[in-house]
Amino acid sequence: MTSWIIKGARLYGEDVADVRFDDGVIVEIGQSLTSDDAQVLDADGLVMLPGLVDLHTHLREPGREDAETVLSGSQAAALGGYTAVCAMPNTTPVADSAAVVEQVWRLGRKAGLVDVQPIGAVTVGQRGERLAELGTMADSAAAVRVFSDDGHCVADPLLMRRALEYVKAFDGVVAQHAEDPRLTVGAQMNEGEQSAVLGLAGWPAVAEESIIARDVMLAGVTGSRLHICHVSTAGSVELIAWAKAKGWPVTAEVAPHHLLLTDEFVAGYDPVFKVNPPLRTETDVQALRQGLADGVIDIVATDHAPHAAQDKECEWAQARPGMLGLETALAIVSATVVEPGLLDWTGVADRMSYKPAVIAGLYEPDRPGVLPHGRPLAVGEPANITVIDPRASWVVDPMQLASRSTNTPYAGRTMPTTVVATFLRGTPTVLDGKLTQGAR
Amino acid sequence: MITHLLNAGDIDKDTALLILDTAEQMASVSDREVKKLPTLRGRTVVNLFYEDSTRTRVSFEVAAKRLSADVVNFSAKGSSVAKGESLKDTALTLQATGADAVVVRHPAAGAPHRLTQWLDGVVINAGDGTHEHPTQALLDAFTMRHRLGLVGRDLSGVRVAIVGDIAHSRVARSNIALLHTLGANVTVVAPPTLVPAGARAWPVEISHDLDAVLGEVDVCMMLRVQAERMNGGFFPSAHEYSARYGLDGRRLDLMREGAIVMHPGPMIRGMEIASSVADSPRATITEQVRNGVSVRMAVLYLLLGGAGEIAAAKEMP
Repeated sequence: MTSWIIKGARLYGEDVADVRFDDGVIVEIGQSLTSDDAQVLDADGLVMLPGLVDLHTHLREPGREDAETVLSGSQAAALGGYTAVCAMPNTTPVADSAAVVEQVWRLGRKAGLVDVQPIGAVTVGQRGERLAELGTMADSAAAVRVFSDDGHCVADPLLMRRALEYVKAFDGVVAQHAEDPRLTVGAQMNEGEQSAVLGLAGWPAVAEESIIARDVMLAGVTGSRLHICHVSTAGSVELIAWAKAKGWPVTAEVAPHHLLLTDEFVAGYDPVFKVNPPLRTETDVQALRQGLADGVIDIVATDHAPHAAQDKECEWAQARPGMLGLETALAIVSATVVEPGLLDWTGVADRMSYKPAVIAGLYEPDRPGVLPHGRPLAVGEPANITVIDPRASWVVDPMQLASRSTNTPYAGRTMPTTVVATFLRGTPTVLDGKLTQGAR
Repeated sequence: MITHLLNAGDIDKDTALLILDTAEQMASVSDREVKKLPTLRGRTVVNLFYEDSTRTRVSFEVAAKRLSADVVNFSAKGSSVAKGESLKDTALTLQATGADAVVVRHPAAGAPHRLTQWLDGVVINAGDGTHEHPTQALLDAFTMRHRLGLVGRDLSGVRVAIVGDIAHSRVARSNIALLHTLGANVTVVAPPTLVPAGARAWPVEISHDLDAVLGEVDVCMMLRVQAERMNGGFFPSAHEYSARYGLDGRRLDLMREGAIVMHPGPMIRGMEIASSVADSPRATITEQVRNGVSVRMAVLYLLLGGAGEIAAAKEMP
């Protein structure tokens, strides 16, 4: 296997060092490293982070391969600096059985660009009626630990309690899509001033907050791990802070688009801005940025949601909700929290690599076949690395993204920070900002 | 001049007055024996209606024909839409057949806005879901000018009450925007469940007490409550809604002399408006319909034709 020396990067944006890795393991970190047989990457002026881990990605396969496949999603992830992604189960068929999660797991291994960790559905068909075979999925080759009905809320409080209790047996975590369905019937966008003007049915913040309030208390009562997906409101941030102050086992994620965009973008009715939970207000955006900086929000998770053209080039009510995210996440985080000085690159590594890996059970995996992620840049650790250029800027061109779909809300926008290289266990998947030969 | 007519809020005061004054000219065309102007001869106007509508579609059809345009009526029923054709493909088909203007009514808010991405021609919003119905607001303003003796002027100081399901009414949204532009004072009256949360930011007063408002207004505009709202938990029963928010004879007597009753239609007699009120001389319902043709002629004329034509039209026998 190959050796690499990455020279002159600032590790975590801090001290400059050379890093050498052999056979997928970091073997030396120091100054002026040399080696006869190592390939060299000149990373002068660049920042090195541990490979990013996405706890929330939609790879669409099986069922909607026209929008994305495990391979194209893996390519997008690698280009975004990721070395592991967790694949949400709202596929067709739903990943509510060992059969489907193992299929996704196999497809991930075959693509070989990032480690794909399947997420299993909480309920059969994500219908919210009865538990799926969570234990069987946990024991399968896919080694599932994260369970979610994302796309839908586990609305029945008793079912949610049972799910939380049940997964304790294998240290699982239930990732809730917090949306009381009775409060969002027909909802199209955030409920507020914009929705009143635009004549679109509103999705009120209370629909998210009331479920979070309920579920954090269930986490407290059961002692089971609860993870809140795509937190989108200031009120939700307050509730999560309250729950953590109580010592309850709650974690939370924010999606990049909720750190940047508001419901004012809906004004032209372009469905590229339609997402669930919806874009909210500037007050919410600021609260989410601060929450991420403070650590009340533990991680950034992309909620990468590719959609075929016909599902976005239509009237708003008809369009499916969701935005691409894998290839623009780091740039958004750079622009919204790093540049304003709310979070440094060490903090970014914490929110986008270490903590997601911990929540997903990838940091110290306790089961065969699952390899570790989110580990520090240190000797003896796996060489899951991304090298980025914070000084560079780029313009988002939907046609140039690796995703099969083009539904990015940032088309034409200039973004800071490029991903120069990504290594999965010492093998480069991205070099010079492009997928390596073997990755295409 | 605006390119498309998508939102009443896009019309500034000067443009609004131009449209209303032009509509006055058009009204005189409709009084002639030969009700024709040659302005849009050879142009094609397509009525793209995804929702049932007789009143509005016929109004636009008559308006376009009075301007000598060729009119094509497209109704979603019995078309390839029933076979699953997308809005985009329908638009591209119309584009390929050379539509100069597309008048669109669609159940989805923002559909006309999307159409402007796929069509080169002019797009006129004839009602998009619960969002807007700009030509309705224009004909309502035209009607108010006539009945209140304000032809040629704006509506400064005119007090208007809009009563009914504000939250789901495209007529309300368009009227609120246009009336504000023209200087009128608007009060919306509805049970709290039918006033959208964001309405607090609107340039309107909000009231839940119809009796308190009626004596203060020059115009009382009543809105129909749609059947689908009856079972939506917004109010307990049609009976209670009618008792608290219906305009009956007793309430009509609370109104000032000279104050008028308006309704965009269709009405549910006995629900939001008593028969006696709908048929009273203070009600403007049928003249609103008549004014609709004049206003729509003005809109088509100004968006598609030329201003120099008005002078030429004056000379026609």
